[in-house]
Amino acid sequence: MTNFTPTTPPLDARSLTLRRRVVEALEGGGRGHIGSTMSLIEILRVLYDDVMHYRPDEPSWPNRDRFILSKGHGCLAQYALLADKGFFPASELTRFCRRDSFLGGHPEAGKIPGVEASTGALGHGLPIAVGMALAARIKKDEHRIFVVMGDGETNEGSVWEAALCAGKHGLSKLVVMVDYNKLQSYGPTCDVQDMEPFLDKWRAFNFAATEVDGHNVSALRRLLTSMPLAPDRPSAIICHTVKGKGIPFTEGRADWHHKSRLTPDEIAAMFDAVGGR
Amino acid sequence: MRKIALDMVHELAKKDPRVIFLGSDLGAGTLDKMRQEFPERFYMEGICEANFVGMAAGLAMEGFIPYLNTIAPFFTRRAFEQIAIDLCLHKLPVRLISSGGGVVYAPLGPTHLAIEDIAVMRALPNMTVVAVSDADEMRRLMEQTLDWPGPIYIRLAKGGDPIVSDAKRGFTIGKAITVREPSDILLLTTGVMLGRAVEAADSLASEGTECGIVHLHTIKPLDSAAVLKAAAKARLVVTIEEHIRSGGLGSAVLETLADGLPSLLPPVLRLGLPDAFPKEYGSQETMFDSFGLTPTQIADAIRHALVRA
Repeated sequence: MTNFTPTTPPLDARSLTLRRRVVEALEGGGRGHIGSTMSLIEILRVLYDDVMHYRPDEPSWPNRDRFILSKGHGCLAQYALLADKGFFPASELTRFCRRDSFLGGHPEAGKIPGVEASTGALGHGLPIAVGMALAARIKKDEHRIFVVMGDGETNEGSVWEAALCAGKHGLSKLVVMVDYNKLQSYGPTCDVQDMEPFLDKWRAFNFAATEVDGHNVSALRRLLTSMPLAPDRPSAIICHTVKGKGIPFTEGRADWHHKSRLTPDEIAAMFDAVGGR
Repeated sequence: MRKIALDMVHELAKKDPRVIFLGSDLGAGTLDKMRQEFPERFYMEGICEANFVGMAAGLAMEGFIPYLNTIAPFFTRRAFEQIAIDLCLHKLPVRLISSGGGVVYAPLGPTHLAIEDIAVMRALPNMTVVAVSDADEMRRLMEQTLDWPGPIYIRLAKGGDPIVSDAKRGFTIGKAITVREPSDILLLTTGVMLGRAVEAADSLASEGTECGIVHLHTIKPLDSAAVLKAAAKARLVVTIEEHIRSGGLGSAVLETLADGLPSLLPPVLRLGLPDAFPKEYGSQETMFDSFGLTPTQIADAIRHALVRA
């Protein structure tokens, strides 16, 4: 098991606001991946607020940094950020998973402005990102490619096939982030499929790798604005997070990975936890 | 056929900077000339098919037209989800050059046979499935692959197959080729079965039984109009394919006929491989013999069917 000690300060107003957007979508859809979304909020917030270059009114701007949420089930976190940045109206969030909404339970490219690749089946984002990074190298483009994966997702063999490839090519424009919330659907990752020693694995695949408190905004900002970790290798960042972060009765609970029949009381309790409606 | 397909990738790369090649762990020297001329557009990524299909998707999202090559079942079985989601769902122009379609690798056993590849590729939305009859036709196909929308599954034959196609008949992806004008017996073929069908038809013609032949190199999208037109007056339709009898050409033709000729459905004889992993080795030819796909056996099957039709 990792020896990393998180130093998370209390969630600030922006983190609470973004979580409120997520709860609005959960209320609208009556369902969603709760734990796996809440662990992602600060990682995505820092990427979108402080790190990535993009144009909400021109989602296909060629020089944009590419972002792939490979753990597509955490999409509500990305939807909250995309709405916040103006890629689409925030009102769409409350229509989450409706028949005629473009916001489904996993993100789809071509439907949602700002989504580069359709994900949901796990282990697809990194190979696609490797292709994108290779394309950028061939075309001598300067943009970077950020991929966020779940810890459980890294059980997939395709992740390590792609890691081999990224390491072989020394794709320094590629930044892999793992939302290490230590819980997968069935239970603790250390019981279901232990990935430790996690940092060593990435280093063995020729990545420059480090770890960070995935809820500490200033630590994330410091780290992510100084990419790459090494000039000639891809970067891997293990983000230590808490599943369900910010909603105390869901924190660290595998049974809150996904809920499909959320009750009004549960929704109200979630709003209470994030500062009210 | 494989050499032509790969040489054509190099040719296409010369005229279009979007063309890029990815191989798995192919034979030493594969496409050396392209590697030397365009080192930034030639990649040999090792035995990790899920990854190289996903990589191709990423390259295609950035404007490249990736041509991939590995052995057929390593595409269709190993990387099926990547093909379905990364390529088909995103409708990306990635070309899968699939070595050893059907029973080409007979001596290597069932792990290397592609007996259900057409069925599984045909099931995927946005996928195009092509099996040409010889190396000349492969050249004509490859010339059209640059701007075809969405992914293409290109099924390769053994190589050294007799040339039975004819440039004068033209070639368009998705369009059937009439090889012999339809009569009341209609043979529908794909891949190298065209050559066997021509031989079978010659044998039957010598007895006074004329057969029309329509070559369906593109199994998806199937040229339904051509099939329906050719089959409208047929008293027997015969499909011939190097593939299990379920899910491939025969199934596609039956679906088309059932949808298009509901009250006039002619008898359909589907010739192909049984629903089983072959238990024998030998060669592609000996497997054809075991499963009734030699020209003599095809002609015999048609004679028997005509007695019943």
